[in-house]
Amino acid sequence: MTRNQTATLEKEAAPILSGPGGTRECPDWFQDQQREAWMQFESLPKPTRKDQAWRFANVSLLDLSPFKYGGTLTEKERATILEQSRGLEEVAGRMIFAGDELLERDVISDQLKKRGVIFQPLERAMVEHADLFRKYFMSQPAILGSAKFAALHQALVSSGTFLYVPRGVEIELPIEIFHWLNAENDSAFPHLLLVTDELAKVTVIEHFRSVNEHASGFACGVNDLVAGPGAKVTYVCAQNWADNVIALQMNTTTVDHDASAMSLNLNLGSRYSRFESLSRLTGEGGRSDLLAVAVAKHQQEFDARTLQDHVSPHTASDLLYKNALDDRARTIFGGLIRVEPHAHFTDAYQKVRNLLLSDDAEANSMPGLEILADNVRCTHGATSGQVDEDELFYLRTRGIPVPVAQRLIVTGFLDEVVQRLDHPAISEHLHRLIEDKFSENRR
Amino acid sequence: MKELNIERLHIAVGDQEIVRGLTLRVPRGEVHALMGPNGSGKSTLAKVLAGHPDYRVTAGKILMDGEDLLELEPDERARRGLFLAFQYPSEIPGVTIANFLRAALQSRLPEGGELEATDYYAKLYEKMELLGMDRSFTSRAVNEGFSGGEKKRTEILQMAVLEPKYAVLDETDSGLDIDALKTVAHGVNSLRGPNLGILLITHYQRLLNYIVPDHVHVMVAGRIVRSGRKELALELEERGYDWARDGATEPAYR
Repeated sequence: MTRNQTATLEKEAAPILSGPGGTRECPDWFQDQQREAWMQFESLPKPTRKDQAWRFANVSLLDLSPFKYGGTLTEKERATILEQSRGLEEVAGRMIFAGDELLERDVISDQLKKRGVIFQPLERAMVEHADLFRKYFMSQPAILGSAKFAALHQALVSSGTFLYVPRGVEIELPIEIFHWLNAENDSAFPHLLLVTDELAKVTVIEHFRSVNEHASGFACGVNDLVAGPGAKVTYVCAQNWADNVIALQMNTTTVDHDASAMSLNLNLGSRYSRFESLSRLTGEGGRSDLLAVAVAKHQQEFDARTLQDHVSPHTASDLLYKNALDDRARTIFGGLIRVEPHAHFTDAYQKVRNLLLSDDAEANSMPGLEILADNVRCTHGATSGQVDEDELFYLRTRGIPVPVAQRLIVTGFLDEVVQRLDHPAISEHLHRLIEDKFSENRR
Repeated sequence: MKELNIERLHIAVGDQEIVRGLTLRVPRGEVHALMGPNGSGKSTLAKVLAGHPDYRVTAGKILMDGEDLLELEPDERARRGLFLAFQYPSEIPGVTIANFLRAALQSRLPEGGELEATDYYAKLYEKMELLGMDRSFTSRAVNEGFSGGEKKRTEILQMAVLEPKYAVLDETDSGLDIDALKTVAHGVNSLRGPNLGILLITHYQRLLNYIVPDHVHVMVAGRIVRSGRKELALELEERGYDWARDGATEPAYR
């Protein structure tokens, strides 16, 4: 056995619940924050189903004791991951992480660099752009139930993406980020901090994937999106972890005046995946679109909690979540629209639609409104239904066999969300991922 | 015999018998109009031909080129060459016309066969031009937000692309203004030929001014009460369905 492999084994043995390793060379202030976050993680209670924020959730799945830090990759594993990191054809920049190790980076163009765009792994950004980094890093409290897991994330995160787009800079092609889980019981703490200044524009797509489609694992991610005045931010997350992974993702979007943010979360993988999304509209004229699509099969459980928080007047938000559920899969949606005092002339919409493909599937929806201002337009609604028999018959009369017809109808139902993206290449990519998920069924 | 052959057909929904001993033959290459008042069972017949699961055939036969249609699933019937243009076509949200028709053609290929994309689009665009449809239609969701005329044109587009042996057009003229009616009729006429038999179901004579049938049948209360040449439609328009019913003797063919 070579020394290298010995080292790998030793590192693999460390469970995440043993606390922050402190192995990387990070600034002292960052390590202090991590220790503090760890204490917070340890002191906060575990979620129970009695908590409103965890209602309906299968909290017993949140046993973190088996999970450990990802070990050092072999050359072969590294090559496999790089080979499989295929997403969009054309991108402005790319980062590939396995566990929390940065494997590869396709840097942005010199032109963008000259104009002040920063696209760096966290550990570099916190040194080279400490002021900017500290201003935004983990600055938004996790208020949708997962404070404990946000603390865990902060305590254990060791890399991730920092992207800053300065005033007036528009990045036309998307920025692409891959996060991989490698071996059995590996963990990952994906982090994205995206800050756009006034009138900037950027699109980011994150891919969450597993090397081994049967391996258990744990992912606990945080992303903060900051849309400066008049900026346009599009964020897409294609979550495709292996089916035994436990995943939590906490997203905060802050939308300044006249800015617009659009996020789309595609949930395909994992055993249990919780996605928290807080959208704060802090400036007049801001708009936020919250989109999500899930294909839940077998024993999968997708747990979404959202808050559309209208802080300023004349702001708009539009949430559209669609789930297709088969087998014994479950989904949970808990969403609130809050219109704060003085946030007059708010337009806020929330729509959840569940398509049940099996009698054993279960969709739970808890939409909510809290309106403290006048002159607002808000609607919310959640519906569940089955594949429409007339639609099915119509397709069959064209010669399309039942399984194909059903799949067309279901992917069409989900594509309606995907098509809202103003980006055909990404929509097409997501469409393919959805189709791939359905065709697994035939294996 | 190359024909769509309906023999002494009885159809019920629940306890109610809607079609009562209907006999009708549509040979390939001919256009037969089936006229009748509301509630005569015309649309029920159309749906049963296509294999709609809500209706029960209690007696009789439907043969397509000698093959028993009632033994086949709706999608099998379509793949064997039957087409139904719906009176009220379904909207299929999120499924584009291009993807929908590709799936329909794909289903007609032997297993493992792949549709050639360039040929497919060339054919699709050609047929769209015939029906005066803009190419941008291909990326719209099937029938979603379509006007009445657009829906009916899309039905005929599907017929043109799928090239059936027998087509049943159920009230294809309903909801169409005169311009749309002419466009749709032009589309249907251009598909007429020795390899296609058409059963044209309509309430009104006006469609038959533009798609001139070879034969006309009048259906009242679940059976054919009169059959004749195209002039019968004009006579019916003049005299009304009461005349047709009163003059009925035995269920007749030709």
